[in-house]
Amino acid sequence: MITQLAFYLFATVLVLSGAMVVSARNPVHAVLFLILGFFNAAGLFLIAGAEFLAMILVIVYVGAVAVLFLFVVMMLDVNFNQLREGLQRYAPVGGAVGVALLAELVFTVGRLKLVPAARPLPVGAGSGTVSNTEALGRLIYTDYILLFQACGLVLLVAMIGAIVLTLRDRPSARRQDVGMQHARVPADTLEMMELKVGASVDELGGYLRPHDGYGAVAAPSEPRKLRVSPEDEHLGA
Amino acid sequence: MAFLDRTARSFLLTELIGGLGVTLRYMFKPKATINYPYEKGHLSPRFRGEHALRRYPNGEERCIACKLCEAVCPAEAITIEAEPRDDGSRRTTRYDIDMTKCIYCGLCEEACPVDAIVEGPNYEFATETREELMYDKDKLLANGDRWESVLARRLELDAPYR
Amino acid sequence: MTQFLFHSLAGLLILTVLECLAILVPLLMAVAYLVYGERKVLGAIQLRKGPNTVGPFGLFQTFADAIKMLTKETVIPSGANRALYLFAPFLTFVLAMIAWAVIPTNNGWAIADINVGVLYLFAVSSLGVYGILIAGWASNSKYAFMGGLRSAAQMVSYEVSLGLVIVSILLVVGSLNLNDIILAQRHVWFALPMLPMFVIFFISTLAETNRAPFDLPEGESELVAGFFVEYSSLAFGLFFLGEYMNMILMSAMTSILFLGGWLPPVGIAPFTWVPGPIWLILKIVFLLFMFIWVRATFPRYRYDQLMRLGWKVFLPCSLAWMVLTACFLMATGLLPGMQTHGVG
Repeated sequence: MITQLAFYLFATVLVLSGAMVVSARNPVHAVLFLILGFFNAAGLFLIAGAEFLAMILVIVYVGAVAVLFLFVVMMLDVNFNQLREGLQRYAPVGGAVGVALLAELVFTVGRLKLVPAARPLPVGAGSGTVSNTEALGRLIYTDYILLFQACGLVLLVAMIGAIVLTLRDRPSARRQDVGMQHARVPADTLEMMELKVGASVDELGGYLRPHDGYGAVAAPSEPRKLRVSPEDEHLGA
Repeated sequence: MAFLDRTARSFLLTELIGGLGVTLRYMFKPKATINYPYEKGHLSPRFRGEHALRRYPNGEERCIACKLCEAVCPAEAITIEAEPRDDGSRRTTRYDIDMTKCIYCGLCEEACPVDAIVEGPNYEFATETREELMYDKDKLLANGDRWESVLARRLELDAPYR
Repeated sequence: MTQFLFHSLAGLLILTVLECLAILVPLLMAVAYLVYGERKVLGAIQLRKGPNTVGPFGLFQTFADAIKMLTKETVIPSGANRALYLFAPFLTFVLAMIAWAVIPTNNGWAIADINVGVLYLFAVSSLGVYGILIAGWASNSKYAFMGGLRSAAQMVSYEVSLGLVIVSILLVVGSLNLNDIILAQRHVWFALPMLPMFVIFFISTLAETNRAPFDLPEGESELVAGFFVEYSSLAFGLFFLGEYMNMILMSAMTSILFLGGWLPPVGIAPFTWVPGPIWLILKIVFLLFMFIWVRATFPRYRYDQLMRLGWKVFLPCSLAWMVLTACFLMATGLLPGMQTHGVG
């Protein structure tokens, strides 16, 4: 009873949040609804007994992928009117994709078989003795190891491609070389001088004063003449 | 060899661990702080705290309303009005210090020819309202009466250096 | 009574609520005394006394602070996204609490002793970033936004190395159940054979909980207070509680993965008399002391240095260690499951 209740709860919220993802006006809200959708999908996995998949869904999609979505969307300054301009043009393509998905859904729900001889999917892989994680692991890493590794290679190529496309090496960029900084020792850049205390003070008259600086002005060697302005000259020298 | 040494050191986190060692040693050193409201630090006799107006031992107030303190005050915190008293001596009718303006420079105390206005050792005179910090003559004289023994001792200790 | 508690729906519900309270009430008290302990230890290291006035030895200081904070006004900035602004602190707080459902405090003592305990912990800790990101965005303030972005990037980066370290432990244990992971450390704690991973994991948890020296999201010198600049009163309190509960959670996770959880240091008489939860608490307290000690010692990292450390140092190191562990286990035939199923 509780399981069914939970299923309908998760399923309803999932469908509703899915609808909100496409209808929300604020893109950040849309991403947050997407995250809610991921959570409910994880809940459905849990009900189906696939706890490993549920956790991986949360870790990978909610914990990493959606964070990046949110990152991008938060920094975007989206102009919605501009986005809607292309609606007429793209409507047929979107409609076709929608119809295809709907057809798949109908086939699944109606248990229609286009190829009668097709083997049904192994639901609940492995017997009851092995855990869900282990069954999945055997399926991926033992039975279909080559296909799985090939998928990994494809993803790796895509990743390297993305980096190659976006990485620009600016020659003017200044980078920190931590290794070089650590390797520096004082002897490389500093010269230690032996200076006698009080040496070369005498020529300044016994005081530590800068040459031609404050000392020279404050203590002139000979008395200065008073400057007299022209209109005051008649007062006598 | 130097490279190996450096690499080994950085992977063994020697500098980080050394830093942690220093802080751990400091944790067990005696504390530098004192337990303030219950323990108080030493004050020099020259400490410049809350103001006070002093009296002579016979109860006569010292201030002769020369207004030197008012003139010297860089923050213009002191306001004085004066009139001859019934017995003909010149005394203040008003002696106000705006403690919110005062910068505690001590020039009033140095300008005073009769040691009337002094800055005492009290630094705990925070109030809840701004108005309470506008000191008038009564407040200053009350301060003087309250702190007289300490004030006299402080002046005596500081006298050789004046 | 026992019949009612264990064999009826209402009884089970009551039991579960009681179990949750048994974890959460001590946890909230622990947060209060963690804050007190942090102030005391930081004070001691800086040659100060720390709080010592409210109650004996200042023991009630945190409660006084809490009352002061709760009586303040909740300020919502103009232009803030009201719903999300108020949702973010609750999310942070709730996530910090629900992770405790799987932490075993003694052999088999956990609210939910699930098969994928490690993954659950990892999933919950990876969600922590949302509270911060949403708070930063919903505040409608540049400082909060910068803090939120920084923290999101930081947490996502360090989760990678955290995950790889966990994987190398899982290789040795062969189970995702936290209780099994602890039981696998009966002979030797993983902190000894995997010392480098222990260090990397500990430093990553510092970054994951946004603690010094990785507290860039709230770097007061450049971002005022980071993602919670605009928060006050209860909302701020929830962030604060969440942050400290995350610290305790991460310490619990580290002690389970590396320090043998509730196991005594050696399985001989005087040590085995002490019950398991006490050992777990002692280990958590030690790790929390490390958190505070590190905070008192090291200056804050620069942002690019933080990213460099995560991606260019920790990631290759933990990846290499994972491969090494796998090779070692294969070569010695110690890989869990090898004996039963054969090398497939």
